[in-house]
Amino acid sequence: MDKNNHKAWLYLLPAIIFLGIFMVYPLFDVMVYSVEEGYNSASQTFFGYGKYNFSYVLRDPYFLQAVKNTFILVIITVPLSTGIALMISVGLNSITPLKELFQTIYFLPYVTNTLAVGLVFMILFKKTPYTDGFINLIIHAFGGSAVDFIEGPYWAKMFVMCFYTVWVVLPFKILILTSALASVNPDYYKAARVDGTGSFRIFTRITLPMISPMIFYLVITGFIGAFKAYSDEVAIFGTDLNAAGMNTIVGYVYDMLYGDSGGYPSYASAAALILFAIVLTITCINLLISRKSVVHV
Amino acid sequence: MKIVLQNLTKKYPNRNRKIKEDVVAVNNFNFEIPDGQLIGLLGPSGCGKSTTLNMICGLEQPTEGRIFFGEDDVTDLPPENRGVGMVFQSYALYPHLTVRQNIRFPLENRKGKDKLSREEMDRMAEEAAKLVQIDGLLDRKPGEMSGGQQQRVAIARALVKVPRVLLLDEPLSNLDARLRLKTREEIRRIQRETGITTVFVTHDQEEAMSISDRIVVMEAGVVQQIGKPQDVYDDPINLFVAKFLGTPPINVFSGRVQGGKLFVGEDELFAVKGVPDQEVTVGIRPEGFEPDPEGSLPCGLIAVEVMGRDTSVVATHPAFQGEQIRTIIDSDERPDAGLKQVRFRIRPNKVHMFQPETGERIRFQIAAAQ
Repeated sequence: MDKNNHKAWLYLLPAIIFLGIFMVYPLFDVMVYSVEEGYNSASQTFFGYGKYNFSYVLRDPYFLQAVKNTFILVIITVPLSTGIALMISVGLNSITPLKELFQTIYFLPYVTNTLAVGLVFMILFKKTPYTDGFINLIIHAFGGSAVDFIEGPYWAKMFVMCFYTVWVVLPFKILILTSALASVNPDYYKAARVDGTGSFRIFTRITLPMISPMIFYLVITGFIGAFKAYSDEVAIFGTDLNAAGMNTIVGYVYDMLYGDSGGYPSYASAAALILFAIVLTITCINLLISRKSVVHV
Repeated sequence: MKIVLQNLTKKYPNRNRKIKEDVVAVNNFNFEIPDGQLIGLLGPSGCGKSTTLNMICGLEQPTEGRIFFGEDDVTDLPPENRGVGMVFQSYALYPHLTVRQNIRFPLENRKGKDKLSREEMDRMAEEAAKLVQIDGLLDRKPGEMSGGQQQRVAIARALVKVPRVLLLDEPLSNLDARLRLKTREEIRRIQRETGITTVFVTHDQEEAMSISDRIVVMEAGVVQQIGKPQDVYDDPINLFVAKFLGTPPINVFSGRVQGGKLFVGEDELFAVKGVPDQEVTVGIRPEGFEPDPEGSLPCGLIAVEVMGRDTSVVATHPAFQGEQIRTIIDSDERPDAGLKQVRFRIRPNKVHMFQPETGERIRFQIAAAQ
């Protein structure tokens, strides 16, 4: 037994070393940074330990704006993208001709680079002295007045942001849901048909419970992914997200480390830990809800 | 409710698109199932028996022909309006619902004036559960039950709406041997108690023979023979039916009729009347062999397998089409396993003759012993 134990540890060693260096140690370090007050990255000195970093971050208007932006983004895009993905998957699942073609089209955003997609969105939405952008042309055509989506009012920028996020996360969700739908035994549908079940009832009483583990998986990863949003914002609004008022929590962490106002690893660490606490809380709530509503077959 | 199948035909387009010709799954099926009977559709896989069942159910539309329940033409009705209960091979029990919810499911679908109250639905669900003897398990999920219990739940779910016709697709194929025996008795009992006309599909001839009032033997979409199980066994219409029914299967030999005598290889069995001289295929049921030192059929002895009441003698013969002859004899008469040879006397009423090319039955009379 003992000998086997040694062997087992030996097999685990490479992974433990790597995870230790690149995951556990930095995590620990972040926690240390976050409580070191007045840390100077140039001289590597600090005054003492305390919770000042946290109170600074929590009072920083840029951070509060970032938290607000992130929450709006999460609350709007996660349910919306999951719902739309479900609709599209059900649609894809019930057509036979051109099914593969549509699947490919829906999957395209997944293989496209974030920055390239951001560029496309810029072209579509941006208002310049020369052109109002494609979307504004459409708004004009319907008799509306042009809106600057990239540098205009907050709601317009948030709209572009949410639209972009939903569009980017859709392919993966569609992929997961179509395969989940396809894996439901067709006998269930036949049995339901023989018993005269209406199609809406089939969907709510059979299809949804059957794929609920996958929906739940998508919601959890969707929440986590949306809370970590950053690169998509940069792709649309550029690197100075604070000026655009579209910063996110991860964006704030980045700015504190390397941005114009950079060089504050303590504040960055504190913000990162606050984000960690938020994500952990939300995930725990999700798990509690799922225990009641998800069917484990 | 009697079921009438009229010229029922189902064709599918060929999977291989280069072949224009359709695949005929069921070919011109005519049958009138009397009210309250248990019918077994029997055949090897791909013979069209499940397609026939699906057409009766309404899950598939026939290419040609009509289906009547009693006097009603149901051919163009969707399954939910036909009043059929269906038990699927996989049972198709909803895994996230309890047994009670599963059985109640068909009742909850009713709308308008047919709508039932909660109490009414619970009462009917419990009644159906009692009929299949699972009334103690109503709050379990299907995953917490054995295969046999799940099968009963599926039957209860099919019966709860009091269907005009009950359809079972391979009802016993997912059960182990012991449970299969018990469950087929159960199906028989439930069918008798409810009196619902029932059609079930199986590839297992023993299953079909043991509980059916009538069996329908199918091959390649064509009905071969319909009749009472014993009649079909005793009087098969062709070689396919003869081979398909019975365990161990019928032993098939190459033979000929010459001068009013039936030969297997070079061995003369007995005299026959009414058959001109010709080559024939001879089928002898396993129980048609009797060990007898004076017997007419000498065979090489391979093994003697004792199975309690009966003994199976495994033997060879040069004219045998196949590897080993299997016979069933009384254990008291079993030959010495050490012997190299054994002679059998053949019971003429267990012998069938067929055309070698078409497999059609050749009927003959047994001439009086000389």
